[in-house]
Amino acid sequence: MSALNWISSKLFAGDTVYARHTYGGIRPQSFKQHSLRSRIMSTPIPAQLTIPVGAADGGTITQLVAVGEQVLKYQKLASIQLNRDGCSEVFAHAPTSGVIAEIKSARVADHRIQQQLCLLLTTDGHDDALVVEPSYDPVNLNSAEIVDIIREAGIIGMGGAGFPSADKLDSAFNSAIDILIINATECEPYITADESLIRERAKKTVLGAELLQRACSATRCVFAIEESKRDAIEALTKALQADTEVASSCELVIIPTKYPAGSENLLIHCVTGIEVPSGEYPAQSGVLMLNSGTAYAVCEAVVQGKPCISRITTLCGETLQTPKNFEVLIGTSANFLFDLCGIDNSVAHRSIVGGPLMGRELNADDAVIYKTTNCLIAAGPADIPMPAEERACIRCGFCADVCPVRLLPQQLLAFSKSSDTDALVEHGLFDCIECGACDYVCPSHIALVSTYKDSKACIEARQQEVDRSAYWQQRFQYRQYRLKKDKDQSLARKSANKTPAPKLEKKATPAPLPNGQDFFSKEKASAEIAAAVARVKARREAKTRVNGESHAAPKDDPK
Amino acid sequence: MLPLISHWLIPLLFSLSLLTVIVLLLLKIGHHFQAQGKSQSSLLSQINRALPQTQCGQCGHPGCLPYARAISLGEASNKCPPGGKQTIVELAKILHEPVRDLDPAHGEFRDFSVAVIREDECIGCTKCIQACPVDAILGGPKLMHTVIESECTGCDLCVEPCPVDCIDMLSSSDSGFLADTAFSSGNLISAGVQP
Repeated sequence: MSALNWISSKLFAGDTVYARHTYGGIRPQSFKQHSLRSRIMSTPIPAQLTIPVGAADGGTITQLVAVGEQVLKYQKLASIQLNRDGCSEVFAHAPTSGVIAEIKSARVADHRIQQQLCLLLTTDGHDDALVVEPSYDPVNLNSAEIVDIIREAGIIGMGGAGFPSADKLDSAFNSAIDILIINATECEPYITADESLIRERAKKTVLGAELLQRACSATRCVFAIEESKRDAIEALTKALQADTEVASSCELVIIPTKYPAGSENLLIHCVTGIEVPSGEYPAQSGVLMLNSGTAYAVCEAVVQGKPCISRITTLCGETLQTPKNFEVLIGTSANFLFDLCGIDNSVAHRSIVGGPLMGRELNADDAVIYKTTNCLIAAGPADIPMPAEERACIRCGFCADVCPVRLLPQQLLAFSKSSDTDALVEHGLFDCIECGACDYVCPSHIALVSTYKDSKACIEARQQEVDRSAYWQQRFQYRQYRLKKDKDQSLARKSANKTPAPKLEKKATPAPLPNGQDFFSKEKASAEIAAAVARVKARREAKTRVNGESHAAPKDDPK
Repeated sequence: MLPLISHWLIPLLFSLSLLTVIVLLLLKIGHHFQAQGKSQSSLLSQINRALPQTQCGQCGHPGCLPYARAISLGEASNKCPPGGKQTIVELAKILHEPVRDLDPAHGEFRDFSVAVIREDECIGCTKCIQACPVDAILGGPKLMHTVIESECTGCDLCVEPCPVDCIDMLSSSDSGFLADTAFSSGNLISAGVQP
């Protein structure tokens, strides 16, 4: 606690504080310098944009424009109602003007890499925009107004998880938020989207953070950034010292450079000393964390009135001639960006979304950029070597040394191989953040994280089956109870009056249909039944005939 | 010294040790009874939990709980086709038995499927409704019936009674099934949009 007090006492506006060291982690080579050589570039408007409107894990999409309709920049295209707990709608906006050509399914370059419903926008190149209303005095907005603007702007977590930011802030209303952490750590190699954003647009990011602090009524707001990002720290310090429009006290905390420092719960522990209990949300511990890219988008939305139609994405990898950061319109295809960077098509490359440690491989380059795509790597053989041959675990324990959440990876591997579900859960499989540090240090090249992912999926599927079985059992028992009750009642009725139960009144004839047809004419019903029986007979005969024919002359079979 | 000890200490020690032995015996017996009662009830519920609860009756019992009771009384545990290998392995683990193959006399394992009524052919006879063990079929006399997909256990019991053969068992891999949710991403609603 003393260390926490010390940090609290040292924290005041504009001052920099070094955070505590945390357990485990690795220090891989960063490769960040390549994409940081040039400034953030805007891309030219592509001829077609494929704007994802699908909710990856189910949900209801409400389409707000029709196919063939002319849309303007910033116009709302669709709203997505997610199935996740506590989620309201997320809006998709048109990144530029054009015509909606069709609705189709396309692969989206987020952390799931799934086919989603997309709107294909054929751009006209005029970039005609709706008139947006800038807010002239963001100082006087109250928290509900800011959250509303964020919701209307369709902002979701830009760090990767993509949780709607407005809902995150809403959840904060129920729990007193003590500290808001703006995550600018970006600890994974290659990715420089947040770093370049802060280097060049620190002031807006700080303003966004201050608006977010106001929105969630946090007492403190802290920027967490890695020690190695000297330029960004300098820019941020300047921005924090300058007079900003919203009076507040943002602070800067320098995080030791290592991977994975930027993972939510680890960073919270690093900055505040609070360990978020397993299975709980940070908000329950009074901490809220948002990405610096989100803060920038919030500033754009609140101050300028612009919805979230673009993001900063790092393009890098050995096969690109000019790796750099782009301000990309949502819906741009990965191929378009690779071509802009001068991809060397003579070398085979693997396309990866996200960083090399936690990212996912794209099987095709036609995937489209979404609000959570922070990095695209066109990796050559030197970037990501092909996986070496897996050998037996030698129990060296390196993995346990680097695991940032202090699990025992080799034990988990053994339990995964023997499918020992109880032991896996007991040893904290569901606390694994899948950072890949254990894979990185394993001298036997064992693919640990993918094994854990499979185990997690297995356990979750099994749990679903168990829940389903319990539900069926309940339904079955209720039916037994119902049948028994009916039987008892009829017995009781019979014994009560020896005369049989009075015959039901003749059924009331149903009201004739408005068009004069009789709904329940007996002749019609019997005719229908006769027709159905005849149909079945005919089908059965046909079946036997076909079988007989196929035995006799299989060549005549139409298929 | 010796006479003094023999005078009162030896009877005291003797009675104390006797008392200890009696108390220990009582505790042991109590624990034994308790453990026995507990293990039997938990064995039944463990077996019941391992069964898939489709209530299909292919094992020859009218539901999963009766079969679980029969297993706990010594019946073979390899008579559950919908549970497949997984259920057999789990039951073997609970019963400390070797894993056996599924008894082919009771049917074969197949992928989970649900009943789907071809609704234009349904004559509204209610026979399938009476057969359904989990009340998953909705409909009235002489009116069209339909299966509530999310409630269906895939037990197959409604297929046989249907006089017009209008019920199909479809698994999610069957083509054309769940066509409207072909996009795993969700349902599309047009909100007052004129194409």
